[in-house]
Amino acid sequence: MDKNISFTLKVWRQRGPKAKGAFETYQMKDIPGDTSFLEMLDILNEQLVNENKEPIAFDHDCREGICGMCSLYVNGHPHGPATGATTCQLYMRRFKDGDTITVEPWRSAGFPVIRDLMVDRTAFDKIQQAGGYVSINTGGMPDANAIPIGKDIAEEAMDAAACIGCGACVAACKNGSAMLFVSAKVSQFALLPQGKVEAKKRVKAMVAKMDELGFGNCTNTRACEAECPKCVSISNIARLNREFIKAKLKD
Amino acid sequence: MAKISSVKVDSKIPEGPLAEKWTNYKAHQKLVNPANKRKLDIIVVGTGLAGASAAASLGAMGFNVLNFCIQDSPRRAHSIAAQGGINAAKNYQNDGDSVYRLFYDTIKGGDYRAREANVHRLAEVSGAIIDQCVAQCVPFAREYGGLLANRSFGGAQVSRTFYARGQTGQQLLLGAYSALNYQVNQGTVKLYTRYEMLDVVIIDGRARGIIARNLVTGKVERFAAHAVVIGTGGYGNTYFLSTNAMGSNGSAALQCYRKGAWFANPCYAQIHPTCIPVHGDKQSKLTLMSESLRNDGRIWVPKKLEDAKALQAGTKHPNDIPDEDRDFYLERRYPAFGNLVPRDVASRAAKERCDKGFGVNNTGLAVFLDFKYAIQRLGEDVVRQRYGNLFDMYEEIADTNPYKEPMMIFPAIHYTMGGIWVDYELQTSIPGLFAIGEANFSDHGANRLGASALMQGLADGYFVLPYTIQNYLADQIQVPRFSTEAPEFVEAEKAVNDKIAKLMAIKGTRSVDSIHKELGLVMWDNVGMARTKESLEKALKEIDRVEKIFWSDLRIPGEADTLNIELEKALRLLDFIEIGRLMAYDALNREESCGGHFREEHQTEEGEAKRDDENFSYVACWKYTGQGQEPELIKEDLNYQYIKVQQRNYKN
Amino acid sequence: MWLSNSSVGRKVVMSVTGAALVLFLLFHMSMNLVAIISTDGYNAICEFLGANWYALVGTAGLAALVVVHFVYAFILTLQNRKARGSQRYAVSERPKNVTWASQNMLVLGIIVILGIALHLFNFWAKMQLPEVLHMMGMHVDAVTMENVANGSYYIASTFSCPVYAALYVVWLAALWFHLTHGIWSAMQTLGANNNVWICRWKAISNVLATIIILGFLVVVVAGYFGLGALGKITLAGAACC
Repeated sequence: MDKNISFTLKVWRQRGPKAKGAFETYQMKDIPGDTSFLEMLDILNEQLVNENKEPIAFDHDCREGICGMCSLYVNGHPHGPATGATTCQLYMRRFKDGDTITVEPWRSAGFPVIRDLMVDRTAFDKIQQAGGYVSINTGGMPDANAIPIGKDIAEEAMDAAACIGCGACVAACKNGSAMLFVSAKVSQFALLPQGKVEAKKRVKAMVAKMDELGFGNCTNTRACEAECPKCVSISNIARLNREFIKAKLKD
Repeated sequence: MAKISSVKVDSKIPEGPLAEKWTNYKAHQKLVNPANKRKLDIIVVGTGLAGASAAASLGAMGFNVLNFCIQDSPRRAHSIAAQGGINAAKNYQNDGDSVYRLFYDTIKGGDYRAREANVHRLAEVSGAIIDQCVAQCVPFAREYGGLLANRSFGGAQVSRTFYARGQTGQQLLLGAYSALNYQVNQGTVKLYTRYEMLDVVIIDGRARGIIARNLVTGKVERFAAHAVVIGTGGYGNTYFLSTNAMGSNGSAALQCYRKGAWFANPCYAQIHPTCIPVHGDKQSKLTLMSESLRNDGRIWVPKKLEDAKALQAGTKHPNDIPDEDRDFYLERRYPAFGNLVPRDVASRAAKERCDKGFGVNNTGLAVFLDFKYAIQRLGEDVVRQRYGNLFDMYEEIADTNPYKEPMMIFPAIHYTMGGIWVDYELQTSIPGLFAIGEANFSDHGANRLGASALMQGLADGYFVLPYTIQNYLADQIQVPRFSTEAPEFVEAEKAVNDKIAKLMAIKGTRSVDSIHKELGLVMWDNVGMARTKESLEKALKEIDRVEKIFWSDLRIPGEADTLNIELEKALRLLDFIEIGRLMAYDALNREESCGGHFREEHQTEEGEAKRDDENFSYVACWKYTGQGQEPELIKEDLNYQYIKVQQRNYKN
Repeated sequence: MWLSNSSVGRKVVMSVTGAALVLFLLFHMSMNLVAIISTDGYNAICEFLGANWYALVGTAGLAALVVVHFVYAFILTLQNRKARGSQRYAVSERPKNVTWASQNMLVLGIIVILGIALHLFNFWAKMQLPEVLHMMGMHVDAVTMENVANGSYYIASTFSCPVYAALYVVWLAALWFHLTHGIWSAMQTLGANNNVWICRWKAISNVLATIIILGFLVVVVAGYFGLGALGKITLAGAACC
């Protein structure tokens, strides 16, 4: 059985995108170790409501590490200290009695704060809308087995496609770069024959949109890869670079 | 007894032999020409597999689509969490699969409570879904030869499930999302994220728009269209604890119900057998472990009561129980299907063992899912390759290593087969209002087979609705775009604002979640895995009590005209209360056991579900009759012409 | 132009200029080693690389590389700071596989640039520059002109000074860090990387950076302690004293 712990929680509170934010400190008592981090925030929010105070706003949905909605920067790490896990998959047994836990929103110009710990990540959708697709309509597709695809290629594409679009890469990057996210998308399509057809157009459009939205330049620090809850590799960034350079040289 | 309406239900099933109905329908339906499509607006609410695929397909056809979701991005919809796979009758494995067999398995799996014509159509289009997804670059698992891999799933004797590791839902949703992005890029689809639909607007008996609240600004806004499509998923969160996402809710469906759309078979809720057991009262949701685990894992509890007691007390370790003292109860009871029996059967079998005291975990509410045998047979590497991510997830949550000791699992609410009633065209009882995916009731009968939800969501969105909606819209091409200044819009918006004001004015002391948990407990205890007349009657009383607490003691801090999470949750809870009531009414009315609905009064001597085909072979459609009044029951008879209805048998 | 208006393009410029500078460092380092073995041989190289057209073109090219690399570094850093947003994290922790160098390339680069300035003052200003000035008809005193190709002498005299020697060691240390990240990073940016090659490139970066820096360091040490051929040079006095 997990032990109960008590700790100090410092949470970033901010009314809106333009408002000035500040940390608020809360004392948490006797939280069971098998409580998830978000359940711990639920407990705090319940307390706040009971005190007739507004609860802390934070994004969350599936709570099983796949929707990519949760986005907390816990003790200096996007999604907290656990590796290969999202915030919702972080359990309180990772912390010690008496700890101070600091919770901040993703901080990046590309992700403005909406309220408290909730940020606006529509920039990711815009990048995808710029080219993160195969230009096909519904119906009339060739048989799924018409084009054999090597198992290793399919697996590599799947590794890239595992990205959940949470934005931890941007949050972790000192440059506020979205390269890991964009490269994961570009890679998935560039690896598979169905996506190769318009690979050049796609990579140019997505990089251009990423730049336009004000994300930073990648300097290969690898922080994104280290913090990515799905362990997406920076080899995808190399592939994006390759695809982009090839596309530009062809122009 | 519920008031029974004499309305004759027309489900618009096309004429002709079963296998030709869909072809005939498509050949004779009305179409909208390309120039007219541009003039027609369609609202699609929801961006899961059904919503996103429908919005993308309708956009690709040239309609002007407005697509809404409550999350920050369409890609977050809870379809993304589906793990195991998607069924399709491709017969790539040459193991005897066919459209008919998929159709048959689905009808049988649904315990003979689904419409033949709908299910056959589903099986017919299943293959095209896989083709579509591969063309979108969905990275399905493949064999070394480069062709698609399959695995087997509960309720089937063939391998027809396509998968992408343990993240099939994610990959399919990202495929649909990419198709949606293409249409956004082309300007045919406009996205409204962080918007929640709070009402459907009816003008002259037809659905003509919605009222939605911008969740960031708190502003209630009006949107008009020629047709409205609801793809907002199921209502499993009525139970508070379920495998649904925190935001998953039944509100959109319930607004449709309140406006006159029938709600069908609400009592059919699927309890998934392989979830991580509940651990404490602070838990916010239950985590599902993919059904695919049942391919290689063996489910057991101790044979001896004293072993079970020792395990519960923590004085014995599961690995210390020798094989001969383990009761592999699914293999024992169902030799033909073994650990791969359908979900409802597996869940009830687990409950039966736990009720008898053989359950494990400190609560006694869990059974073992053991990979010891698979590791012996295949080696740890193969097991890791197949299930590695699921095992990691389990270890993170339960803090035990599934490679070394058996996992503990217990059934949890997972999916709701019931939903808004639709005809063959996926149109509800309100013209112009359509429902797709889990939000409708149509294809799974009383129980859904694993890997069929993804199939149905995408079938509806890609290949069914885009056809059938035209049959409706073809008559609407003369109808100009609606002004949202119409009195019906003004009135609907006012009603929503009034409701919000009323909630804000309660100013009680209880948080939404605390009341929701109470409702959930009432539902789980009384309308859960096993139901009785008494429990259901009790549930109705208890739901009244919870509702009273809601209206008298709810507290929503903050203001309504800005982002307010508690208000969002309160609005959803209000509808969950109503859904809970509907479920209880329906369960009370259905005096038989079938699929996800098990009435203890109706079981065989061996404890299997006992259907009553003579009296209950119908779809129970519930019609709203006003606040606080018992709904009216409308029966749609199910006629099986091509399948012999029999007791489900997974034994031999 | 994609090399200036796209993020990947800008990084390509950094990579190409960086990689070219690495090649130059390798050449320069190899050349320096000659000084330990033979001062005459080294001076012959200096003579060869005096104010000849190819050397001048090379120098101009090098200067351009440095300027472009440096200017782009500043532009990129400014953009990146802007992208990071105005609000900083209160707590941040460097993940395990993130090297310190990778997050401090600009600071390291600035130290390298200052080192280059010092280096130009110590050597180039006494060697190629006077020649150029002389060619352009300006007045350069005779002693200086006599010594423009006496690189060995300048090495010995500069590094005999402990202050210069220490500054060069600091400079080289910064350069080592800069290169350990820069080399593989350039390959990554140029797309010549994948899951297999990343370890290889990282090893190559470390080995190459170490070879280059050791090569330079040996000359500094030899100059300071008067080892090898450099020990045979009679100095008028240490350069800094």
